This record gives sequence, structure tokens and C-alpha cells, in this order.
Amino acid sequence: MSVLILLIGFSILIAGGFLVAFIWSVKKGQYDDDYTPSVRMLFDDKPITEKKSSLTPKQK
Amino acid sequence: MQALEKFQYDNKIVRNFAFATIIWGVVGMLVGLWVALLMVFPQWNVTGAAGKETIGLTFGRLRPLHTNAVIFAFVGNGIFMGYYYSIQRLLKARMASDILSKIHFWGWQLIIVAAALTLPLGMTTGKEYAELEWPIDIAITIIWVVFGWNMFATILKRRERHLYVAIWFYIATFVTVAVLHLVNSFEFPVSFLHSYSWYAGVQDALVQWWYGHNAVAFFLTTPYLGLMYYYMPKAANRPVFSYKLSIIHFWSLIFLYIWAGPHHLLYTSLPNWAQSLGIVFSFTLIFPSWGGMINGLLTLRGAWDKVREDVILKFMVVAVTAYGMATFEGPMLSLKSVNAISHFTDWTIAHVHVGGLGWNGMLTFGILYWLIPKIFKTELFSKRLANFHFWIATLGIIFYAVPMYWAGFQQASMWKQFTDAGQLKYQFIETVTYMKPFYAIRSFGGFLFLVGAIVMMYNLFKTATKGKLVANEDAEAPALQKIFSQHTGEHWHRKIERRPIPFLIATLIVILIGGIIELIPTFLIKSNVPTISSVKPYTPLELQGRDIYRREGCYTCHSQMVRPFRSETERYGEYSKAGEFVYDHPFQWGSKRTGPDLAREGTLNLKKTDTWHFNHMDDPQAVSPGSIMPAYSFMLDKELDTASTPAKIKAMRTMGVPYEKGYEYIANKDLMNQAAKIQRNLFNDSIRVKPNAEVLAIIAYLQRLGTDTEKNKIAENKN
Repeated sequence: MSVLILLIGFSILIAGGFLVAFIWSVKKGQYDDDYTPSVRMLFDDKPITEKKSSLTPKQK
Repeated sequence: MQALEKFQYDNKIVRNFAFATIIWGVVGMLVGLWVALLMVFPQWNVTGAAGKETIGLTFGRLRPLHTNAVIFAFVGNGIFMGYYYSIQRLLKARMASDILSKIHFWGWQLIIVAAALTLPLGMTTGKEYAELEWPIDIAITIIWVVFGWNMFATILKRRERHLYVAIWFYIATFVTVAVLHLVNSFEFPVSFLHSYSWYAGVQDALVQWWYGHNAVAFFLTTPYLGLMYYYMPKAANRPVFSYKLSIIHFWSLIFLYIWAGPHHLLYTSLPNWAQSLGIVFSFTLIFPSWGGMINGLLTLRGAWDKVREDVILKFMVVAVTAYGMATFEGPMLSLKSVNAISHFTDWTIAHVHVGGLGWNGMLTFGILYWLIPKIFKTELFSKRLANFHFWIATLGIIFYAVPMYWAGFQQASMWKQFTDAGQLKYQFIETVTYMKPFYAIRSFGGFLFLVGAIVMMYNLFKTATKGKLVANEDAEAPALQKIFSQHTGEHWHRKIERRPIPFLIATLIVILIGGIIELIPTFLIKSNVPTISSVKPYTPLELQGRDIYRREGCYTCHSQMVRPFRSETERYGEYSKAGEFVYDHPFQWGSKRTGPDLAREGTLNLKKTDTWHFNHMDDPQAVSPGSIMPAYSFMLDKELDTASTPAKIKAMRTMGVPYEKGYEYIANKDLMNQAAKIQRNLFNDSIRVKPNAEVLAIIAYLQRLGTDTEKNKIAENKN
């Protein structure tokens, strides 16, 4: 059943890769803020010019 | 405050993948309905000539087409559609390369077309969910790298430093599927479009289900969870219930999933400790899975009134609920005592369809209804039709799943039932005929689901023609502030260093391919030493017969694995041992017993005459009334391709099967001799057949099954 060694090796390789990615993401401050990202994704980045045109003359 | 940068999102690629999703979805479900009907009307199985080859519209050849179409064509395109739309917006950047996006799209469609052409022609590796032959496997690898390259390059040029949780799910999908595909597709080409798995027997089974389970995990689950975390908040216009939980969900899920594969092999010849390892991880998976499910559903907290109004949310709620049910059932099915009942029955079919129709199907529909009006800048053509789709699809799932659960449980109970005298109560064929009404109702459920998908196709087509595609959507965002200042007068390798991720992928792929080529042959050939001395390699005729068995997809209905239960040893004989399969490239244990197990088909208590097999291939219903097996009468005339024998023998020897050197030159002589014997047996029953008819090879193979270890027994008894 030597293939078990192979598969465990590959599984550990993948898991290890994810572990490195996890540590990297924590160190880079990816999870310092665990609320804003959930709200930010709701906004579309429409060009601001569109908004300007929607202003009434008075506001201008 | 930094200046705003203007850029455009690529919506054309999203539209392309969306249309492909719709079209392949309908095609895949149509084939699904077709194979479901073949189990009710076996006479609809047909095989025709296609030059030297045959084109088979039989269950064994079409079932892989159905699974490949719905998994890799429907869900695959669905992933890419959802991903190309969301990743650009989450990263606030256009895809790194439009050309790579295009290559990805057309390459993927070509792979699907190649699959649709080769599978009915019987070109298959014989490994479930990985049936595509080696040239297509290579194409998949290339296109997958193109997809990953484009994704990582986009991540690197992003304008938003934080990677939203959905993107992590996409990354995990890319990396893991790449590794799984490479390891499982390690095959030895014999000719163009024919190859043997490098692994044999138990080892092949383990690699296959390590791949198979993770295909479910990393192709049908993680990417869709990523989509759920993007599209559900978007559709409900409220943030996900807990972002913290989504992060915990992601990391715990991916660390656990990769170990769960062996739960597909409980009670088989796989070493017990490996089975236990699989069980522990499979069971633990319930926690992250339900964490994610709860997180999805609670996103709608305080907004359930919206669900009543909004058809998109309805689809999504059913999808997430189905995810919850399937991921509760999964861990339960991995428990040995439950698995003893469910395995090899239609229960498994019910389980995967709750996941497939419910989770993947309904979420895809929800996303499509949300996305198409968005990119075409219009309203949905008809809300009523979408509502109709929702209800007919939900009903379809119920009409599909309930009879299959019932059938599966009934099947297992009948297989295991003994009379008071200690005899098996039911013949296998009685369990088959009992299933027929359930198969019919299930087909009706599938039909409803398909009707819904066709209505959606019409609705979305009308929506698209009503609006106009915004091919390049304007957007604006500030550039990412650099954390590190750049050095001047840099070394040449700084260029590579600044592209760490593509560099990392390239290295990983090189290392993996190198590692696989180095490791696998040395590893596996050594372990092909049989532990049971009476187990011998197949004769050339049996080997050819085995290739026919695999070509026809017999493994989609027949298992070759007797589990150590009294009900099975009574019915089929001695339970299967690991040492019996050392020459099986690929393994053919199967995962479903629509027909009886064949592991011991050639042994004394199951043995049938050559004439019985001949007649059974010609007309199964005449020999075994009530059978739903397709007729293989074309094999009676079709000539065996003996020219391939030397190459096959040589390939087997390279992989460690102990054929003597030079045997390939005389193999065909042995083949003809053995065929002549069977021909003579048939002649004695006044059946005339060509000396090189394919039917002789398949008979030889079936008569061989299980006989090696029986020889041991007979020898023991004589002593």
C-alpha cells in the first residue's frame, strides 16, 4: 500500500501550502478587520461622474 | 486620498460562460433523463457501428457522459461565470489578460466537446469522474493553468488589499483541483485515446476516491461556497451574517476535506486504518459545513419577507438548505454502520442528486437570474416564469430524491434478508424488478427539473435580447497604496520576485510533475508483488475482454468487491482480498450494484456456461427475465482488435505485471488458442461464432473473475 505514503505526502503538501497561506494572510493583516469587507463588497464602484449628473442644479 | 483610476470590467467573458452554463446544463440534464429512462426501458439501449469502432448509446457509455456534462460542463462553466464576474469586482480590477480569458473559455468548451465525442465511442479510462482519456487530460491541465495564471495575475494587480473570503475559496479550488487531476490522471498511453492507469487494484481505488471525493469537495463545493459568499449578500443586499465565521468556515473546511476520500471504500480491501482515518475526517466535516450553511441562511436574518417576494433568494435558500442536508447526510454515510446499508445502493444516487440538483443546480439558477439582467442592463423578462421554474425544480428534486432514498433502503434490506432456514430470501433479479417503479418516478422528477431548466433558458434568452450587453462596464477605484518602496538598480531576479505567485505556481507544477514521474513507477511497481501466490496476470484474451468490460462501462452497474458480510459471502462467495487486484490496471470495483457483483463470477458456485454468457450478452432479458441490462449483440459479430495485443502486454509489463520478456510476440497465439476453446464450447451447443469475435474475449474475462483464489481453496481441500 505504498500509494498511501504518496497520497499522504500530497495531502500534507496541499495542507502545508494552505497553512503557509493562512499564516501569510494573518501576518499581512488580512483579518485585522473582520467586518468592513462584508459591507464593502456590497458597493459597486460606479464612476463618480454618474453621481454628479444626478445632482439637482440647486445642489450644484 | 489617492487619485481615482478609471478601468472597465470585462462582462463579455461572463456572458460567454453564462450562456455555456445554460446550454450545457440543459444538455447534461437531458442525458441524465435519458440514462434514467434506460433503466426503465432497457430496450432503448442501442449500439451502432462507427467505422471500426462502435458508438454506444447504452447506459454504461452514457452515464459517464451525464456525470461529466453536469459536473465539468454545467457546474464548471457555472463556476467560471460566477468567478469572472465577482473576482473583477472584489479585486476592483479587470481580468489581467483578455486573451487568457478567451483561451480559457474556448479551451474549456473544446474539452467538453471532446468528452461528448469520445465517451459514446467507448474511449474511457474506466475511472469514475475521471473517464476522459490522456490527450484530453493534458488539455485540461493546460487550460487549468491558463485559468489559474489569469486569476493570480489579477489578484496581483488588484486595487483592494483585502482578499474577500470568496477569493480564498477560488484559490483553494484552483490549487487543489490541479494537484488532484495530476495525481489521478497518471496513466500509461498504449495508443492515441487508450491508456492504462499506472496504479493497480487497491492503490488505484484509493487514488481514484481520493480524487473522486475531492472532486466533489473542490469542484462542486468550495467554488460554490465562494459564489454563495458573493451572490447571496449581493442578492439580499445585506452583508453576510458573520464574516468571522466565513473565515473560520473556509480554513477549517479545506484542512479537513482532503483526508475524507477513503469513506468511499469502507468495508473494502483497503487497510482498516486508512478507512478509519477517512471516517474521522468525514465526520468532522459536519462542523465547518454546517457553519457555512448557517452563515448563508442567517445572512437573510430579518429579511425573510424578501424571500417571499424575490425568486432569486428563493433559489438560493433552497440551494443552501440542500447543502445543509447533503453535508449532514455525508458524514452519516461515512459511518461504517450506515455505509454498510447505503453503499452500492440507490441511496448514494439520492444523496448526490440532493447535492447536485439542490445545491449546485439551484444556486446556479439563482446566480443566472441575478446576473443576466445585470450585465444586459435590463429587467428579467418574466418573473412568473422564474417562479414557475423555482417550483417545478423544487418539485423535481423531491420526486427524484424521495423514491431513490426509498429504493436504496429497500434494495439494501432485500439484499441482506435471510429466511428462517438461513437462506438468502431474494434472488438478485427480484431486487431489480422491485426497483422499476422507483426508477420510473425518479425519471419523472428529473423530467420536471429539466423542464424548469428549459423554461429558464427561454426566459434568460428573452431577457438578453431585451437588453444590450454592457461588454465593458466602467468602474473607478483608487490604486493600491504600495507598502514597500521600490529599490533602484535592481538585480535581474527581482523581476521574478515581484511576481511571486505565478512563480510559485510554475514551480509547484514543475515539482509535482517531476515528483510524480520519479516517484510513482518506483513506488508502485514494487508493490505489485502479489501477496497471494495463485493470483496470476490475465491471459491476452482476458486482458482484451477486460478492456471491453471497461469500454462498455460495465463498472457503472456492476461492482467487483465482495464485502465481508454474511449476506454477501452467501450470495457471491469469499470476501475480496487486496492481493487479488494487483494486476488490475485500472481497478473496476465500481460504486453501484444495479446488477449483481461480478468479483467471483467465474467461481464454482456462480459459474455459468460459455453458452449462458453468449446468450446473455445477446439478449439479457431472454436469459434473465426482468433484467434491465442492455443487449450487447453487436459483440457477437464485431471482431476483436488483436493488433493491439502486443502493445497492451508491453504496457502492462512496464507497469510491473510479470509477463515474460518477448511474450508480446506470441501473445496473440495464446489468445487465439483460448478463443478457439470457447468457440468450441459454443459450437457444441450449436452456436457458430467467428474465431475472433469480441464476445469470446468478454466471456473469457468473466469466466476468469475470482478463480485465482479459488484454486488455492481447492488445493487446500485436497490436502
